[in-house]
Amino acid sequence: MAEHTATPGELYRAEALTRRYRDGGREVLALDSVDLHLDRGQRLGIVGESGSGKSTLVRLLAGLDRPTSGRVWFEGTEITRLPERDLGVLRASVQMVFQDPRSSLNPRMRVGDIITEPLRSRLVRRQLPAGTDHQHRLAEVLEAVDLPEDAGRRYPHEFSGGQRQRIAIARALAPKPEVLIADEPVSALDVSVRAQVLNLLTDLVASQGLTLVVVSHDLMVVRHLCDRLVVMRQGRIVEEGATETVYETPATAYTRALLDAVPRIRTSRG
Amino acid sequence: MSLLDVRDLQVDFGRRHIPAVRGVNFSLDAGQRLGVIGESGSGKTVTALAVMGLLPENAHVAGSVVLDGQQIVGLAERGLARLRGNTVSMVFQEPMTALDPTMRVGRQVAEVLRLHQGAESGPARERVVAMLAEVGLSDADRIADAYPHQLSGGQRQRVVLAMALINSPSLVICDEPTTALDVTVQALVLAKLDEVLDASGAACLFISHDLAVVSQVCDQVLVMLDGRIVESGTVEKLFTAPEHPYTRGLVATARLDLTVPGQRLPTVDDFYAGGDHG
Amino acid sequence: MKRAQLLTGLVLVALVVLTAVVAVFWTPFDPIRVVPGQRLLGPGWPHVLGTDGFGIDIASRLMVGARTVLLVGIISVGLSAVVGVPLGLLAGQAGGWVDEVVMRLADIVYAFPALLLAILLASVFGASTLTAMAAIGVATIPAFARVARAGTLEVMASDFVLAARASGTSRWGIARRHVLPNIAPLIGVQASVGFAMAILAEAALSYLGLATPRPNPTWGNMLRDAQQFLFVAPLQALWPGLAIALAVLGFNLLGDGLRDYLDPRLREVP
Repeated sequence: MAEHTATPGELYRAEALTRRYRDGGREVLALDSVDLHLDRGQRLGIVGESGSGKSTLVRLLAGLDRPTSGRVWFEGTEITRLPERDLGVLRASVQMVFQDPRSSLNPRMRVGDIITEPLRSRLVRRQLPAGTDHQHRLAEVLEAVDLPEDAGRRYPHEFSGGQRQRIAIARALAPKPEVLIADEPVSALDVSVRAQVLNLLTDLVASQGLTLVVVSHDLMVVRHLCDRLVVMRQGRIVEEGATETVYETPATAYTRALLDAVPRIRTSRG
Repeated sequence: MSLLDVRDLQVDFGRRHIPAVRGVNFSLDAGQRLGVIGESGSGKTVTALAVMGLLPENAHVAGSVVLDGQQIVGLAERGLARLRGNTVSMVFQEPMTALDPTMRVGRQVAEVLRLHQGAESGPARERVVAMLAEVGLSDADRIADAYPHQLSGGQRQRVVLAMALINSPSLVICDEPTTALDVTVQALVLAKLDEVLDASGAACLFISHDLAVVSQVCDQVLVMLDGRIVESGTVEKLFTAPEHPYTRGLVATARLDLTVPGQRLPTVDDFYAGGDHG
Repeated sequence: MKRAQLLTGLVLVALVVLTAVVAVFWTPFDPIRVVPGQRLLGPGWPHVLGTDGFGIDIASRLMVGARTVLLVGIISVGLSAVVGVPLGLLAGQAGGWVDEVVMRLADIVYAFPALLLAILLASVFGASTLTAMAAIGVATIPAFARVARAGTLEVMASDFVLAARASGTSRWGIARRHVLPNIAPLIGVQASVGFAMAILAEAALSYLGLATPRPNPTWGNMLRDAQQFLFVAPLQALWPGLAIALAVLGFNLLGDGLRDYLDPRLREVP
């Protein structure tokens, strides 16, 4: 296992990450030698269209998939070739929130069991302080995401879309992670609910001192949440920098197109 | 006479009569475009399905929906089938489920044409390819021979659009047609929709939760909340002088581009405290 | 309409179960003892459905036959579910060569004629209810394995399984908390349809003399006994035939009804 001398504060480092897969006989290059680093406390946005490789990249970071070639270090340890049973630290410190809370919550489990599931996992349990009280932690995270205390006894379908996304966020917070990876956290939500979830994420990142990675096709969402930005296209990073800089003065035509595509209210049509 | 006239439409579901639409009135002239905005559960989709006569069996409909001089409420399936495609057509949110995965898309579009015009297969092919080109699919010939899974989301939604438009209907109903798409593809599809509606002169009922998206296609907007219309008017009026507090909230949340990054965003609850909108 | 189907199925199945339970404690006459003086009586009193070629009360034999039918159904369906479901789950979860091996094995069993298996078992161990149950059970394992595998693949592709993996939940935990509860309805439907098949198969096997031997009554061997008197007492063949048809219909309707009832797509209000 290759150790890596991390610069202080460095959380993630990825080198030459490539991921190919076969889709019905056709070879797809989802990720094409991507380099990335992420420091503790940073808020990184990954922007691109579907098929740009942004979701593949964060799945590799979360250890949910293995690269075809290239390496990922988390806190100085290479995770790309570790067997699942040695991923305990990663599993406890990196949590994910997915796009559609209708499909990311098991419809046949009670909300309380969904949220405490990460605490019950054997890998994560070893990383937690002894005697972690599940019910106590459940109450804490429910409060943190502004859901009623009795929510734990109910089922996902009893909640609205925005509330279900809060449940997914509560589940991610339960094992007190360092990194929160949010894959399109608001794109399945109504615009009117979007603001609430974005506010919640902003508050949580500040209050829990989280490092944040946000994947989105919407530059506005990323602009609101992140201080650093990478723009991806066809498996490669085409632009990268401080969010405001990229937003104000995009260096590539592709980034400009992404910006222009954001719908703005038109008060008089052509 | 207006093309579509909805009077006191009420819809509820099931034995317990759970209300979805509670007394909705609006009308639409030929060629006019009307946006309907509201969040999920506001009754906007149910209203659209009522106009198409596509509500499930357990729905109870009261009131009147007159489309092109014909009463839809209580109309038998046969009469509805004649109207659908010919007079009114619909574009759904999820293009993957709206297309048959086992059939080439060209044939699916031709099927719609044949159903209502009885066209022969030879000339049908030409018209299908022309229609696919019109909705902005370059290489329409190749796309007509593709299966749905071989196309991207944006291409699929444009195929659905072509199916909706090929019989030159008087009214096209779009239910969140771009919600499942990337912003770049969304912009493309919306621009195309605007263009083809202009060209065909069809009226449009455009349903979305996103005021910014609606404003790309429509001038007039209805705001629905809990099964009722709470406000209506031009996009400009809604945007500059919203009357209902809920509309004010919608306008405030729609403008992510005007906010300061990291600052707290305005939410609907800041303006309207009616019920739980979390 | 769909509700009526489910209800009809439930009533028919309940009738079979009730008859079988009553038959454990009471039958109007002895279902086995030969009474030479009362051969081939028509329906009347006290023999409601008449008597058979041995002078035994047909109603009593039908009631005991229901017991056999239920026993065969429960044991053979139970056997194939207990073996098939874990195999399907394993194949669906592990994927790769494990999946390949399990499913090819299932294909082989599926291709092997059940009748041949029944003959084989009957010739080795002597025809009995037990050999029939074993033959039917083994023959229907592939059906359960396939249904379980298809359901597992669908659940494994869902975001909530991804979320569970991201928080370190083990394979076993995913199988227990996520896959099993979500494929349980599918398995229930398959069990119901499998039950109908088992009843039919048992009747066929005992008709051929490859299952429960005389004098113990089953609907299949009653049919066989009735055959020789078909011209003298045609009603004798009607009763067991009717019982088989109604029981098979009942379990099939129940299975179909369950499928529709449990399919959320057919229930949800837009």
